[in-house]
Amino acid sequence: MDAFPLRMARRQWRATLRRLGVYMTSITVGVAALVALHSFRDDVVRSIQAENRTLLGGDVRIGANRPLPDSVMTIVDSLVANGAEAARVTGLLSMALAEENGRTRLVQLRGVEPGFPYHGRVTTDPPGLWGALARGAVLVDPALMAQMNIGAGDVLRLGSADFVVAGTVVGLPTDVGLQTATGPRVFVAHERLQATGLLGMGSLSRHNVYLRLPDGADPDEIEEEHEAVLRATRVSFRTPEEHARSLTRSTDFLADYLGLIGLAALLLGGIGVGSAVNVFVRANFTSIAVLRCLGATRRQVFATYVLQSVWMGFLGSVLGVVAGLVVQRLLPLLIRDVLPVEVQSSISPGAVAFGLALGTWVAFIFALMPLLEVRHVSPLQTLRVVAEGVGRRDRDRIAAIAALGATVLALTLFEAPSPEAGFAFAGGLTVITGLLWCVAAGLARGTRRFFPRRLGYPVRQGVANLFRPGNQTVAVTLALGFGVLVVGVIAQLQRNLARELSLERGAGATNMVLFDIQPDQEAAVEALLGRYAVGAPEVAPMVTARVAALNGRPVTDILADSLDERRPERWTLRREYRNTYRAELKESEAVVAGEWWDGRDTQRREPGRVSVEEELADDLGVGVGDGITWMVGGTEIRTVVASLRSVDWARLDTNFFVVFEPGVLEELPRTSIMLASVPADDDRARFQEALVRDHPNVTVLDLATIRQTVEAVLSRVVAAIRILAGLCTAAGLIVMAGSIASTRAQRRREGALLRTLGARPGQVRRILLSEYVALGALAGLAGGVLAIGAGWLLTVRLFGLEYQPALGVATLIWVAVVVLTVLAGVASGRGSGGGTPLQVLRAEVD
Amino acid sequence: MIEAHGLTRTFSSGGLPLEVLRGVELEISAGEFVAVAGPSGSGKTTLLGLLAGLDRPTAGRVIIDGQDLDALTEDERARFRVNRIGFVFQTFHLLPALTALENVLVPLELAGRAADGRRTDSGPRAASKRASALLDRVGLGDRAHHYPVQLSGGERQRVSLARAFANRPRILFADEPTGNLDRETGARVAKLLERLNRDAGTTLVLVTHDGELAGRADRILRLEGGRIVEKAPRAVG
Repeated sequence: MDAFPLRMARRQWRATLRRLGVYMTSITVGVAALVALHSFRDDVVRSIQAENRTLLGGDVRIGANRPLPDSVMTIVDSLVANGAEAARVTGLLSMALAEENGRTRLVQLRGVEPGFPYHGRVTTDPPGLWGALARGAVLVDPALMAQMNIGAGDVLRLGSADFVVAGTVVGLPTDVGLQTATGPRVFVAHERLQATGLLGMGSLSRHNVYLRLPDGADPDEIEEEHEAVLRATRVSFRTPEEHARSLTRSTDFLADYLGLIGLAALLLGGIGVGSAVNVFVRANFTSIAVLRCLGATRRQVFATYVLQSVWMGFLGSVLGVVAGLVVQRLLPLLIRDVLPVEVQSSISPGAVAFGLALGTWVAFIFALMPLLEVRHVSPLQTLRVVAEGVGRRDRDRIAAIAALGATVLALTLFEAPSPEAGFAFAGGLTVITGLLWCVAAGLARGTRRFFPRRLGYPVRQGVANLFRPGNQTVAVTLALGFGVLVVGVIAQLQRNLARELSLERGAGATNMVLFDIQPDQEAAVEALLGRYAVGAPEVAPMVTARVAALNGRPVTDILADSLDERRPERWTLRREYRNTYRAELKESEAVVAGEWWDGRDTQRREPGRVSVEEELADDLGVGVGDGITWMVGGTEIRTVVASLRSVDWARLDTNFFVVFEPGVLEELPRTSIMLASVPADDDRARFQEALVRDHPNVTVLDLATIRQTVEAVLSRVVAAIRILAGLCTAAGLIVMAGSIASTRAQRRREGALLRTLGARPGQVRRILLSEYVALGALAGLAGGVLAIGAGWLLTVRLFGLEYQPALGVATLIWVAVVVLTVLAGVASGRGSGGGTPLQVLRAEVD
Repeated sequence: MIEAHGLTRTFSSGGLPLEVLRGVELEISAGEFVAVAGPSGSGKTTLLGLLAGLDRPTAGRVIIDGQDLDALTEDERARFRVNRIGFVFQTFHLLPALTALENVLVPLELAGRAADGRRTDSGPRAASKRASALLDRVGLGDRAHHYPVQLSGGERQRVSLARAFANRPRILFADEPTGNLDRETGARVAKLLERLNRDAGTTLVLVTHDGELAGRADRILRLEGGRIVEKAPRAVG
């Protein structure tokens, strides 16, 4: 290989670093974000897989939302006979009442058989109490102690049984992340559940059996062997590997979307590199011409500058990898609450290599366009100024543009959670870049056109700088506009979501949901509500049912037929439906196909008519006129689909997938749901106490409490997103500072010239000030307007909420950007007003 | 050695053709010292650019050592220059990012693999030794590791002379080599140029305003309005 470019690049490197060092860091930020995210994701996956059996609690978990059928229990028994161990864990939601102080709380009651969990340790306070469950001890979450103001030795009433609390469960490895969001847990021995009387009809219960398999037994083989029974009974069979995969899904999702933000930061860095290399190459035209004059070929000169750019990108990426590894270690601290396991950080070679390669490649591909100019520098330039614009549209240039586009698209597709999201992101990025580009070009042109002729000389000169040759208007506008856009969109979304939440919290809004009200309790519960609630409660009857057949074809047949491509989605056939019946359509619903029944028509029909929610109908593969046979308790109910409905699920209302016409379900076992509004905290507490004392089986969801829990977790996630948005903004600011710094030499020379011509240092400073105020204000405005537009798009389209632009925040961001631009400009322009003009002009001779 | 036939160069200026050289004919023999003189805008620099193969003529031909430059591509001309042609410029044109020594090394390293792909020098160590020796000869042995910005104008031009002679070129083109120097320094640089030229037996083509410098030439080509109006041997300018 020709060694000349390598030697030249190495020798020029020190000078290059001095000029372009700032730009290196614009690549750094993006690489750091991506390395941090990829390494962190690897950490999470590895940590979860390493603990998968501990997280599951056994080698296999078999479970359903109803008592396991005998056919499944027979399988369990046969496994136990062959050396396996089994432990049942049954969970249900229930109200707990502290007898001493009358406080109530919705809890998750768990009946546990000895042996569970088979892997991992449960820690209790006082220690060693887990084994005592079998001897009648009751353990609770520490949170429950605080919320109900009780301690060890106090009595909790659950259903119709009293339990003496022995201590707390500090850590149970199977319960991770958001599992305690619905309510704190109460653990009792399995055989004591029956005494509560809560396992009755309609209760929201979960029945699991955990297995420890003898050495050498393969869970997958067992699943295969009993597949027919499991499928027919619709019982889930979970192995540790499957469990681990489902647990990493949420972090995958987060990492995917955050990855796109990191990618945006990296591409922004790429634009910075391109812009810097452009200035750098132009400043080096004479050196290039001299090399050509001395006999260097075009290829040699081109290679010399490419090597410098690649090396610069590589060093920037190395810094980025180091920074990314630091962020990787900080992330688990920040979002610990949503992580299923303690995440052990370790260096992921794949992520490091990816970061290095990606950063170097992006720096190269963005530098390529200006670098191609190098080949067109004529050696004649050593003797005189040569007009530019030779060979602007050559084939290499088109190839470079294509490579750039392909890189961006490939990266977004790689980082995005789905191809659609990737294309959407790449498209959005192109549109945003295009818009900002237009704004920048318009800016340069517009200031020339509508020049502020009346203003003082410094302002005129400063504004004129926006369109002078070699200006950085486009690069700065892109960098600033992008940064403002990212920060702005997040601010807009946050404001609008916060407003929506506070609206829901207003007086009169539903804040209590009561489940499992038996028919003979309805009147009494309603009377009790009458004392505390605002307005009449909304009551909906609820009948639990399963799909038995579709158009006469049994579900077991449909599930067994794996060849039928038009088979309904599995979940729609397996789930337990909680159906209602009513005469009227609700405000949150609209019929999209078929007809709603006439509420006054009380004539009984066979089969009865139902209305199905449109998306469910799609997954079930049914339309108007299709037959659905339901299994309610032991009774088969034949129905026909009379209409399809769209449902606004975002409205807090008693909405159901399937609504029956009146007169079909009335005689079957049912419970009721009530929605009520009890605004005052005191009233809610008193109402819940009275309810639990009189009707212990009724479950109350206090939405205010749940919302607090969810908000606490969300705020952590938002903090993580903010960090990445911060990275993106940092990238923008660095690119901006770099763009400005790259013209420093030119500014110093101009400042010196102006002063030679009689300008005072103060005037030179005012010129710079007006240039940066104009630049920052216009770029910030462009980014802000885009942010408001994107905020509208996301709020209305993605979240389906009403949008109100948060103008206050937008203005704040705008002012901050102008200030930062001016600061960056002043910092880089330091010296253009000081020192003697002669010193500056002398230093610039060579 | 150097021949030019019907050399014409036209630029377009504001949409109008501007004929800078109009059919220049000349011949320069090996080892000759020729000065090109004439008023500003007479086409001196344009002629130099064409003779050195930095630019292509609108019409006419330049032949060096029997090679028609027009028959070569840009890169072939660059390789042609490496071993045969040296340059000295009015504004020195040292590479600011390189030290004095590294500047002198550039042509040596470029020649490391010349037109025919054959190695012409015996490696980096020999190149470095030769560059040091050249800097010694121009009296800058102790400033080898200084950057151009740390050198005075006269010193920079001396480095530039060392660089020009690095590959023992057969032809040296100099464009106003003393134009940016004060009188005294200029005289010293001119003397050095003459001595190096004599020692190496190089053909020297020099563009200058400086009558005294032109006066030392074997022959003066006087350009006016794009034509050679006078070929005066040892004329006093």
